[in-house]
Amino acid sequence: MDFSQIVPALPDLWEGMKLTLELLVMAVVGGIALGTVLALLRLSSNPLLSGFAKGYVNIFRSVPLLLVIIWFYLAVPMLLNWITGDFVPVGAFASCLVAFMMFEAAYYCEIVRAGIQSISRGQVNAAYALGMTYGQAMRLVILPQAFRKMMPLLLQQSIILFQDTSLVYAVGLMDFLSSARSRGDILGLPHEFLLFAGAVYFMVSFFASQMVKRLQKRLAV
Amino acid sequence: MIRLTNVHKWFKDLHVLNGVNLNVHQGEVVVVCGPSGSGKSTLIRTINQLETISEGEIWVDGKNVTDPKTDLNALRAEVGFVFQHFNLYPHLSVLDNITLSPIRVKKMGKAAAEQLAVELLDRVGLAHKKDAFPAQLSGGQQQRVAIARGLAMQPKVMLFDEPTSALDPEMIGEVLQVMRDLAKSGMTMMCVTHEMGFAREVADYVVFVDQGQVVEQAKPEEFFSNPQHERAKQFLRQLRSH
Repeated sequence: MDFSQIVPALPDLWEGMKLTLELLVMAVVGGIALGTVLALLRLSSNPLLSGFAKGYVNIFRSVPLLLVIIWFYLAVPMLLNWITGDFVPVGAFASCLVAFMMFEAAYYCEIVRAGIQSISRGQVNAAYALGMTYGQAMRLVILPQAFRKMMPLLLQQSIILFQDTSLVYAVGLMDFLSSARSRGDILGLPHEFLLFAGAVYFMVSFFASQMVKRLQKRLAV
Repeated sequence: MIRLTNVHKWFKDLHVLNGVNLNVHQGEVVVVCGPSGSGKSTLIRTINQLETISEGEIWVDGKNVTDPKTDLNALRAEVGFVFQHFNLYPHLSVLDNITLSPIRVKKMGKAAAEQLAVELLDRVGLAHKKDAFPAQLSGGQQQRVAIARGLAMQPKVMLFDEPTSALDPEMIGEVLQVMRDLAKSGMTMMCVTHEMGFAREVADYVVFVDQGQVVEQAKPEEFFSNPQHERAKQFLRQLRSH
């Protein structure tokens, strides 16, 4: 075992980690936004809207993430071509981002839905009684309370997503894991680099989890 | 100000409101009482359409609230509603609880809304609590803030749905005092409550509801001293024996 070659490789690995984090942050923000919209549709009294959201969630929770990533890599350019009539180069990063956002939205949707349902009916009634529209009641009264309650769950789901971003190797993106693997292969030290990558994933995830637990305790008080 | 004509409501097979007719004129204070499950809470919630009705008409301030063309949000902005469980927004300070709707719904300026809020808090005796959060207040204080929150919309009528039922006995008095002051200021009020002392003192008349019907409607002194209906007599006996 020779770990001495890892230090000189760190700038390269950091480039990979930057891609991982970029993808993560954008996917989390987009996924939560889309998931919130889905949750509101799911809770709608209109059977068409709630049916759509339910179907969406069921489909994305029933297929492997890896498949979604590959499928979007192939499908997104085709779809765009079909819509615009032009050939638009999309690139692996954009297609992965869309895949993650849409896939994670299904999970975030269920978290947000539970969060909204945990807020008492009296809060909506109070907002309505004070003249608010549905949109105002949600935006000003229900969602701020719901997000506060579900913050730990959203973060926990995002930590899982952090690990799952490594699946982008399938479409050739150089994320943290891919760059560690390729460095290791080039230098003939695959085990060392994979062990190091594993240690980094573990440390980031583990400490993030600990922070979430602490946050959970603080919110519970 | 409020007129209900032949109002019916069914929850599936349950006939909760069975042909209710009721009039509340400007400046009047009406107390609605009746045994639990009689439909009195449902009744008061239909007036600002927190509950829909199956049949009949409800008019508030010259507007038919059951007409789908009526702007419900605008109507609710003119009708204050105080809940049994206060329903203050727990994530906002007392001041923000009160100013939220004036600013967002009535488009009042922030400074004007805050000034109004402080005045109202002063009126309910809680000006010093403006920066507190609901969880830091007692039940009675929360309910007084909830009343101030309703008044901040400068409503034409205030509805109270059992405002003291969730309170410890020693806190009921402070809430009733606020309501009494409000009644004396000329506010049109409809209160579902079992506080008979309050009814006797400020109500223009008492409405007794049982099984979804208005069984008796009388001035408080007549209602308490000489109830006409057998169910009303029984209700008053039970109330006194407690």
